[in-house]
Amino acid sequence: MQFIVEGYPAYAYTGGRPFAPSREAVVLVHGAAFDHSVWQWQSRYLAHHGHAVLALDLPAHGRSPGAIRTTIEALAQWLVAFLDAAGVEKAALVGHSMGSLVTLQAALARPARVSRLALVGTSVPMPVGDAFLAAARDDSPAAFDMETVWGHARSAVLASSPVPGVSLLGASRQLNGHSRRGVLAADLAACQAYRPSNESLAALAMPVLVVAGKRDQMTPWKAGKSVAERIPGARFACLDAGHSMMSEAPRPLLFALRDFLSGG
Amino acid sequence: MAHSGPKPPHPDTLAVHAGQSPDPATGARAVPIYQTSSFVFPDTDTAAALFNMETPGHVYSRLSNPTVSVFEERMAALEDGVGAIATSSGQAALHLAIATLMGSGGHIVASSSLYGGSHNLLAYTLPRFGIETTFVPARELDAWRGAIRPATRLLFGESVGNPSVDVLDVPALAAIAGEHHLPLLVDATVTTPALGRPFEQGAHLVVHSATKFLSGHGIVIGGVLVDGGRFDWSADRRFPTLTEPYEGFHGMVFAEESSTSAFLLRARREGLRDFGACMAPATAFHILQGLETLPLRMARHVESTSRIVRFLAQHEAVERVNHPEVASHPDHALARRLYPRGCSAILSFELKGGREAGRRFIEALGLFSHLANIGDAKSLVIHPATTTHFRMDDAALAAAGITPGTVRLSIGLEHPDDLVEDLSRALRAALK
Repeated sequence: MQFIVEGYPAYAYTGGRPFAPSREAVVLVHGAAFDHSVWQWQSRYLAHHGHAVLALDLPAHGRSPGAIRTTIEALAQWLVAFLDAAGVEKAALVGHSMGSLVTLQAALARPARVSRLALVGTSVPMPVGDAFLAAARDDSPAAFDMETVWGHARSAVLASSPVPGVSLLGASRQLNGHSRRGVLAADLAACQAYRPSNESLAALAMPVLVVAGKRDQMTPWKAGKSVAERIPGARFACLDAGHSMMSEAPRPLLFALRDFLSGG
Repeated sequence: MAHSGPKPPHPDTLAVHAGQSPDPATGARAVPIYQTSSFVFPDTDTAAALFNMETPGHVYSRLSNPTVSVFEERMAALEDGVGAIATSSGQAALHLAIATLMGSGGHIVASSSLYGGSHNLLAYTLPRFGIETTFVPARELDAWRGAIRPATRLLFGESVGNPSVDVLDVPALAAIAGEHHLPLLVDATVTTPALGRPFEQGAHLVVHSATKFLSGHGIVIGGVLVDGGRFDWSADRRFPTLTEPYEGFHGMVFAEESSTSAFLLRARREGLRDFGACMAPATAFHILQGLETLPLRMARHVESTSRIVRFLAQHEAVERVNHPEVASHPDHALARRLYPRGCSAILSFELKGGREAGRRFIEALGLFSHLANIGDAKSLVIHPATTTHFRMDDAALAAAGITPGTVRLSIGLEHPDDLVEDLSRALRAALK
C-alpha cells in the first residue's frame, strides 16, 4: 500500500488484508538496509488476527524512494509523518535493530502517538564497530557479509532453517544486497550517533516490551536487558535466537508480540 | 581500502552440515527420513496460520518435508542462493522454473547445446502449451541478443553442455540478460557447485539434475531449482506471476510478500502444490549421502578425466576429443577462467570408422557401463545419436555438437589406470 510522506511515496505491506484504520494499528519498522519483508512471519499473522498492520519501508529502503535520512531523529520524524499520512492517530510501534531506535525516538518525541512500544534486538546506545562502519562507507560487499554473519546466531549458518527450503543467511544477504548504495553506511552511522538520555528512557509511560536473542552477536541480550531495566515497567523476553529473530525464531517472536499487543 | 568480512564455511563443510541441525526430537546426528505424508497441527489457530502462510512450517510433504528441506537448504548454501526447491527429477525442476515465470505467449532463448530431455521439453512439448523457444548456438552472443523478443521471459543454457561439453559464457550471457532485464537460468548439472557457482558468475536461477554428480551413486532420480535472489522481478510488469495478485492464494503479491524469495514462494505455493512434482523424503536422504562427499568426488572425477583426455587425444583410433582441456577446444580459455579446478567429467570423442567402430568400441568395454546417465561413481558410456538424442535430425544433432560417430563418456571414481586399460582394449577392438 502506498502513502505520500514528506512529499514522496512510502510503501507499507499490510499483511495480506486491506488496511483498516478503525482497528488498532501496528507499525513494524525494519533495521539497517532491510525492508518490510523481514517481518514476513509476523505481519501476515497479526493482520489476520485483529490488527491493522503497516510493515513499512523507511525512505530509501525497499519500495520507498526518497532521500537517505542520516539520523535516527530524522527517521523518527518521518515515521510520525507516516502515521499522519496513514490517518493513524495512535499506533503500537514495533522496531527491530535500527528500527528499534527509530520507534524509541518516535515514542520519546511524540508519546501521545504511541500506544505501545516493542523493541526487538535493541541496544541503547547501539555501538557499531569501526571495521563495519568503514566497510559500509566504502560500499564494500564485506559490509553485507558482516551484517549477514553477525546478524544471525553463530550456529545458524549450518542449522536447519525454520522456513523450509529457505537459507536464512542467503536471503538476508541478498536483501541487504538489494539496498540502495549508501543506505547501509547512513543507517549504521545513524545508529552509532544516537544517544538518548537515561532520563528520557525513564520517562516513557506507555507499555514497553524488549525482546532479546540469547545468541545475538550484534546487540547482545544483556544490552537489551539493560534497556528494559532503564524503562519503568518494561517487560523483557529473551528468545533462543540471534539478532534476526523474525526469521530465526519466527513463532516465539510472534507469540511474544501477539501477547504484548493484545494487552496480555 | 580493502575490507575483510566474516566468511561462510568452506564448501566442503557446507556439503556435510548446511541445512541440518541434530534432530530436535531424538538428537539423531544423521538426517532422519521423515517418511510421512502429513504433519499434525498443534491447534486450529496454527493450522489456519500454516495454510495462510502466516507462519512457516510443514503441512503436507508435497509442499515441504523436513528431510527434503535439508537437501534444499544445503543446495542453497552450496550455491549461495536464497533457497531451493527439490523436485522429482531434473526435468521437473526445469519445468517448475519455466512454469513459474511464464504461461502461454511466453518465449525462451536457449542454447542449442542442451541435454536431449531439455531439448524435448522446449522444442516439442512446451509449444503445445503456448511457450516457444528459440535455440541459438551457445557461443554466438549476437545470436542470443538477436533472438530476444518482447515476449522473452528467460535465457537458458547448461554450464557445460551435455554431451557437447561446450562451456557457457555465463558472465557474458548475464550481461546480455542485464541489458534486457531478463533472468538467466543455468543448468549446472555437469559442473556442480564444487567446480563453479553460477550465481557468482551472474546467473539468477540454477537447476540441477540431482541424479548425477550431486548424488554420485546413480540410485535415485531427483532435481533441484535454486533461486539466487538477485533478480528484481518488480522492475517492470513482465513477470505478473510475481508482481500481480494471485487469485490462487488469497490475492497474494509474491514480490511484496518477500523481496528476495518471491520466485521461490510462487514456485512452491503454486508449482509444487498444483503440478505436484515433489521429491520423496527417501530420495532426499539418498542424495544427501552423496552430497556430503561432493567436493571430494568432483576433484577425483576431473583429475581422472584429465588423464583420460590426454590418453584419448594421442590414440590412433580417435579422430577428435571434445573436452575443454584440449588446447584446440574453442572454450579452452573460457573453461580455465570460469572453472579453474576443472570443468567436466563428461567428454565426448569421435572414433575413426564412424557408427560401426562405435558399436565395436562400446561392446568391447568392460568397466564402462553402457547406459543413459552421467555423473555416477561408475564410469559410463553412451552413443547419443541412437539414444539420448535420437529424436533430433542431423542438423539439430550438429547444432548440439554431436555426429553419428560421437561417443560420450562420464568418468567415474575407479582408478584411472584401470579406466585407461579398459579404454585401450576397446579402442583396439574398434580399430579391427
